[in-house]
Amino acid sequence: MNEPQHDHPGPDHTGPDHTGPDHTGADHAGHAHSRAHACQPLGPAVIEVRDAAFGYGGHEVLRVESLEIRAGEVVALLGVNGSGKTTLMKGVLGLIDRMSGSVSLLGQPIDQLRDRSPVGYLPQRQSAAGPIPVTVGELVRSGQLSRRRPFGTHRNDASVHAALDVVGLSGVEAKRVDRLSGGQQRRALLARALVGGSKLLLLDEPFAGVDQPNQEEIADALDALLHNGLTLVVVLHELGPLEPLVTRVVVLDEGRIRFDGPLDEAPPQLLHMGHDHDPHGGPDPARGIGLVR
Amino acid sequence: MSTALLATNAISAVFEYDFLRRALIAAVLVGITAPAVGVFLLQRRLALIGDGIGHVAVTGVALGLVLNRAPVVVAVVVAVAGAIAVEVVRSLSDTSGEIALAVLFYGGIAGGVVLVSKAPSGSRNLTQYLFGSITTTSNGDLIVFAVLATVVLATVVLLGPALFTVSNDEEFARVLGLPVMAINVLLATLTALTVVVSMRVVGVLLVSALMVVPVAAAQLFARSFRGTCIAAVLLAVISAVVGVIVSYAADLPSGGTIVLVAIGLFVCSLIVSGLVAGGRLRGVNRG
Repeated sequence: MNEPQHDHPGPDHTGPDHTGPDHTGADHAGHAHSRAHACQPLGPAVIEVRDAAFGYGGHEVLRVESLEIRAGEVVALLGVNGSGKTTLMKGVLGLIDRMSGSVSLLGQPIDQLRDRSPVGYLPQRQSAAGPIPVTVGELVRSGQLSRRRPFGTHRNDASVHAALDVVGLSGVEAKRVDRLSGGQQRRALLARALVGGSKLLLLDEPFAGVDQPNQEEIADALDALLHNGLTLVVVLHELGPLEPLVTRVVVLDEGRIRFDGPLDEAPPQLLHMGHDHDPHGGPDPARGIGLVR
Repeated sequence: MSTALLATNAISAVFEYDFLRRALIAAVLVGITAPAVGVFLLQRRLALIGDGIGHVAVTGVALGLVLNRAPVVVAVVVAVAGAIAVEVVRSLSDTSGEIALAVLFYGGIAGGVVLVSKAPSGSRNLTQYLFGSITTTSNGDLIVFAVLATVVLATVVLLGPALFTVSNDEEFARVLGLPVMAINVLLATLTALTVVVSMRVVGVLLVSALMVVPVAAAQLFARSFRGTCIAAVLLAVISAVVGVIVSYAADLPSGGTIVLVAIGLFVCSLIVSGLVAGGRLRGVNRG
């Protein structure tokens, strides 16, 4: 396994100057070309995993010797279905069993981390809707709660409006979530992840079941946030519109990290390992994991 | 005798008879608390958990009858313990959890039937808890119900956002750092308290109905979670009050009557929402 490369500035994706997100919904095809993550000095480690094994029901499915992600990085977790991408993300967040080793988040052991408000999470679930009608505002507002603020008495409507604005969903706060398209629901969930003031954002398949225009909207929102110092870790089947933003890829296979470094240094054979069936309509099996559009 | 005359007699009886006033107060308490808790259970897709806890409460009632202590108070203790056990088992297991829950539920009702056979009063008294006997509600019962209902409602109002967040997306709630296990145990406890408040009104066999049916009706036309809560409480209170009055006027069992009224409101909501949706579709097609 490659040693983690902590100090690389990432591939040269500086490209043209950032012109800010365009949430008008027009000219989606042009967005990918204007979107690029400027190289910036990396901050302290925000995620550290050491000699850790993760699994479900006592059965180990992922082992990570060493992984360190620093503030300001944009890291894509790649691999075929079942390679351990989601398990790694859930392990970092303390959502699944850790059999051994250590995980630190924001400089503190995950078990001792009290203030999680800087951490935002977009789960893999396809729909934001449940059996009972929920408005977009109610859904997003739920992201303002924390261990220290479990009563919801600090309700901050300005933050809700700002989060919806960032993801391009202004004006739909009173709308039922189940009346939104799949792509809009993913954006509403992204707004929920952002509303607490996240500095570290972990996204699990943000483009699953999302059409191209909505993918571009999500990428635009993330692009804008990256310029405000966000650290982004994202599980992906294909980089798609996020490709210009990504500074580092971590490729997993059969529960192990096989590569950790800049995209342009990744061994081609790892990037074309073949692809099993993707229930969310992922890339063509003939294209491998289809990193580059 | 015409329906109008029956209703008039029933309403005048409310002012005349204490037992009917107590029955109506108990019905209103249940009408408010049951859907206020039920809405979170439905969002968690645990609509029938109230039934299971009701089964466990039967053992509590029987124990109270055997010990000759207040069955309602003993039922509170046993139902809360059972609810916490249910939540712990559910959180610790996956497929085997369902089996464990089934064992707990059937054990609850079997234990109640066996225990009550040793009660000095025999099994006759258990029937009023199984099927409801709102007209036998005493002042003491009413005080216990009022205290429990106040505790349940105050908790739901105070911790509503946290209960909603956990019910809507447990994994996300964990990432936020919310004490998910504690909140789930709290919801299970609220469910147990609501079951005990409801069992004299509709009976443990129908206890889930007022937690589920008004919420199911409300979600057909409500536009938000909060709106569903409010509409469900209104429908449940209407069901309970109308059910008590009809059961008195027509000499019918109160529990079954209340639930049938609630189901009637659900069917009406289903028809109206279907007609509204059909009208919208026709409008879109014309446009």
